[in-house]
Formats: sequence, structure tokens, C-alpha cells
Amino acid sequence: MIRFDDVHKAFGANQVLRGVTLEVPQGTSMVIIGGSGTGKSVLLKSVLGLVTPDSGAITVGGKPAMAGDRDAFLARFGMLFQGAALFDSLPVWQNVAFRLLRGSLKRPKVEAREIAIEKLRRVGLTPDVADRFPAELSGGMQKRVGLARAIAAEPEIIFFDEPTTGLDPIMAGVINDLIREIVVEMGATAMTITHDMTSVRAIADRIAMLHGGKIRWTGPVTDMDASGDPYLDQFIHGRAEGPIEAVR
Amino acid sequence: MGRLLGGIGARVLAVLAMVGRVSIYAGQVLRHLLTPPFYGREFLSALMNIGWLSLPVVGLTAVFTGGALALQIYAGGSRFDAAAVVPQIVAIGMVRELGPVLVGLMIAARVTSSIAAEIATMKVTEQIDALVTLSTHPMKYLTVPRVLAGLVTVPVLVGIGDVIGIFGGYQVAVRSLGFNSATYLQNTIDFLEPLDVISSLVKGAAFGVIATVMGCYFGMNSGRGAQGVGQATKSSVEAASVLILAANFVLTGVFFSA
Ligand SMILES: Nc1ncnc2c1ncn2[C@@H]1O[C@H](COP(=O)(O)OP(=O)(O)OP(=O)(O)O)[C@@H](O)[C@H]1O
Ligand SMILES: [Mg+2]
Repeated sequence: MIRFDDVHKAFGANQVLRGVTLEVPQGTSMVIIGGSGTGKSVLLKSVLGLVTPDSGAITVGGKPAMAGDRDAFLARFGMLFQGAALFDSLPVWQNVAFRLLRGSLKRPKVEAREIAIEKLRRVGLTPDVADRFPAELSGGMQKRVGLARAIAAEPEIIFFDEPTTGLDPIMAGVINDLIREIVVEMGATAMTITHDMTSVRAIADRIAMLHGGKIRWTGPVTDMDASGDPYLDQFIHGRAEGPIEAVR
Repeated sequence: MGRLLGGIGARVLAVLAMVGRVSIYAGQVLRHLLTPPFYGREFLSALMNIGWLSLPVVGLTAVFTGGALALQIYAGGSRFDAAAVVPQIVAIGMVRELGPVLVGLMIAARVTSSIAAEIATMKVTEQIDALVTLSTHPMKYLTVPRVLAGLVTVPVLVGIGDVIGIFGGYQVAVRSLGFNSATYLQNTIDFLEPLDVISSLVKGAAFGVIATVMGCYFGMNSGRGAQGVGQATKSSVEAASVLILAANFVLTGVFFSA
């Protein structure tokens, strides 16, 4: 279980998180929604120590995040970055198998390659992609390689930052199913950021809406349509008029 | 007047603060160098990039410099015993000063800039963050292999540059100035001391460390976006070049002023 307790973060004068309190129960799929630039990516990064909160606490399984053995802590996570963040000096399969080629989860090279190719297949990529370099792939393909890398070592907690952005509707459907499968079959805890309402409904057990640096609304996805919250309603129906200003 | 002095003071403080940060960074590099894991493959590819692929530019720089040196000394030194003076000054000049400094500056131009641009781009595209989440320390994976490769290859490059520079001077002296080949070589060998060669290689090692540490430091501390990458690259080459020249001055003092 991941708990955020009154988390604050500012970049200079830019107050991004202003007291985020949220609980993500173990084995659930939590989807974070919210306007562009509201700090969704920052929220995920703060769990992994890539961004250090100014105040507040983040705990994972009851223990403070980043306390103790950092490598062991990070080995429990997989993360898909918004921009894929593939290593462009390495071929695709070595990107996917990065964790399996070094460190505590190291496997023989042949085995690591097999796992990489299997994960690539799961994100809808053929084995011939394995030996290409990230710069030779389209944006959507890079995104899927990033996804394969995030799940390669079968982590117990997975963060997906906009997994379906830039994908065609069919591929988006494949990825939505995959994320759902990972949560249901592997019992993983997932936090997904997405702007795609179809994805939200396909992936989420619970959703949380970030607005104004705080969690505006959180609850089961089944309650989303009848929340009665004008902010959430405006967001999920994509209306220009409402309490959320269109110019931010 | 007060504002002017204040401005100068602020500049000085900023430079001092940067020197402090770079020193702390260098200390961290050393600590990570001495603790496992060590990424052998990254080290080999850094050896290739910094050492092997720098050979052409180092060779060309050295051969032209040695040749020009011979011409210059012959033109200015014809009043002396040119047959003895030209080979001696070419050898001393190349080995003690020009070899290490020019190779160091070429490495700053070629290697420091590419390290800084590569790492800064990795930072801007979140590849550094991705490394961290994959339980790999960027310092160990990116910095240590490059600094170690700089430490071992740049002295070798300097040694090669010294030899090629002397060879350039020799070619000019023998082919166009009509020197006797055997006497030229004999004079070169007689005149060079072991300390000259040692100082040359030590300078090379120091410059190799400076060039690679600066590239990594400015890359890792790059600002955001393409502008950040450009700024990081420029600053890294400036800092590496100035530090190489300053270190050269200090090391020359250490080796030869006693
Ligand atoms: N490293 C950083 N340095 C300075 N500002 C940052 C940094 N990272 C994020 N920010 C700022 O924090 C704010 C939130 O950024 P974040 O990337 O979390 O937005 P987001 O909610 O993920 O938006 P989007 O949906 O567009 O991805 C933005 O104003 C951004 O400029
Ligand atoms: Mg984002």
C-alpha cells in the first residue's frame, strides 16, 4: 500500500503539490487524472525519490519511501516515463532487459533476451524490433518499449505515466488490457496517469483527481459518474465551461 | 564604484562556489570508483571513444605542431648551433609543454563536449531518472567508466602525441632544412631526461581526469531543454580548457621549478 500524507512540493515560486493525501491499497489499480501541469508526474516521481517533497510523508507498505536500502526499494518498482526515457545507446532488447542484465536481478544473457522478447510481444511488438535502436522507432513504439521495460522484472508496484498517449485506438486497447491483466493476474499495485477517459474506465479500480495541488476527489471508478463534484464532472466530460479555468 | 566592486565580488563568489561543487563532485566520483559494482562494458566503450577514436586528431595536432616548432626555431635560432638547438627545443617543447597541453585541449574539445552533451541529453529526456529507477547509480554507470578511461588513455595519447610531434619536427628538419638525420635523432635522445617524459604522462593523466569530470559534471547538472544541453556543453569545454591550462602551470611548477 502506498500512502501520501500531506505532501508538498514547489519548484521555486511554482507551488505544484500543496498537501496531497492519498491512499493506494495493495493490488489495486489507481488512476490519477487531472489537468496538464497539475503535478501528476511529479507525484509519481516523488515516490521513487526522483523528486524530493518539501514536506509531508510518503510510505510504501508502512515504511517511509526511500529509507533503508535504496536498491532493494527500487527493485520493487517499475516505471514507464511519460517520454519513454529509453537509453538510446542500447538496442531495444537491452533496454527492456536492463534490470535483468545487471545488479541483484541479473540473469544469463540468453534468458534475459528471451524475457525481453516475450515482454515486447505482450506490448504488441514483433521480435525483429529487439535489435533496433530506440531512435529508429516511432513515438508510440518507444512508449510500448518503455512499458515492456517497466514490467520486465515483474515488479510488485508499477507506475505508468500516460501509457496510451500517442497510440492508435486498437493499440491503446491492447495496452489497457495488459495493464488490467498485470494487476489482476500478478496482483501488482498500479498507479496510472492518463488523460484518456476510455483508458480510465478500462484500467481503474479507483481514481483520484489532482487539482490545485490537492486530491480533489477520490473513489471507486463506479462512483465517478455520480460523484456530484463539479470539477470532476467537467473534467470527465471535457467541457470548456465549469469551475476549472481553461487557461492555466 | 560600490556596485562595480559588488558585481566583481559576486562573480568571484560564484566561481568559488562552483569550484566547491566540482570538488565535492570529484570526491564522490572517487568514492564510487572504489566501491562496487563496476560496469566493465561501459568502461570498454569509453576507452574506445576517448582513446582510440581520438588518435587521428591527436596525431594531426602533434605532427603539425612539431613541424611548425622546428621551422620557427630554425628561423629564429640560426645564430646558434642549429643542428643541436632545433632537436633539443622541439623535444623539450613537445614533451614538456605542447604535447600534453595540446592533447589536453583537443580532448576537451572532442571528449568533454561529447560527454557533456550526451549526459545532458540523457538528463533532459529523463534517461538519468530511468537509470535510477532501474537501481543503477548514474555516477557508477556513466561517470566512473568515463573518468577512469580518461585517466588511463589520455597519458597514452600524450605519449603518442609527443612521439609524433618530435617526428614532425624531425621530418621538417631533415627534409626541408637539410639537417643530418642521425645527428638529429642522437641530439633528441641525449637531451631528453626521464623526468621530462614522466611529467608529460602525469600531465596527461591529470588532464584526462579534468576533461572527463568536467563533461560529466556539467552534463549531470544541465538545465532543462535543448538550451540546457547547449549551455552545459559550452560551460564544460570552457571549464575543462581553463582548468587544463591552470593545472599545466601548477604541474610545470611542481616538476621543474625546483
Ligand atoms: N524538475 C523540475 N523543475 C522545475 N519545474 C518542474 C520540474 N518538474 C516539474 N516541474 C513543474 O511542475 C509542474 C507539474 O509538472 P508535471 O510534469 O508533474 O505535470 P503533469 O501533471 O504530469 O502534466 P502533464 O499532464 O502535462 O504531463 C509543472 O508546472 C512543471 O513545470
Ligand atoms: Mg506528466
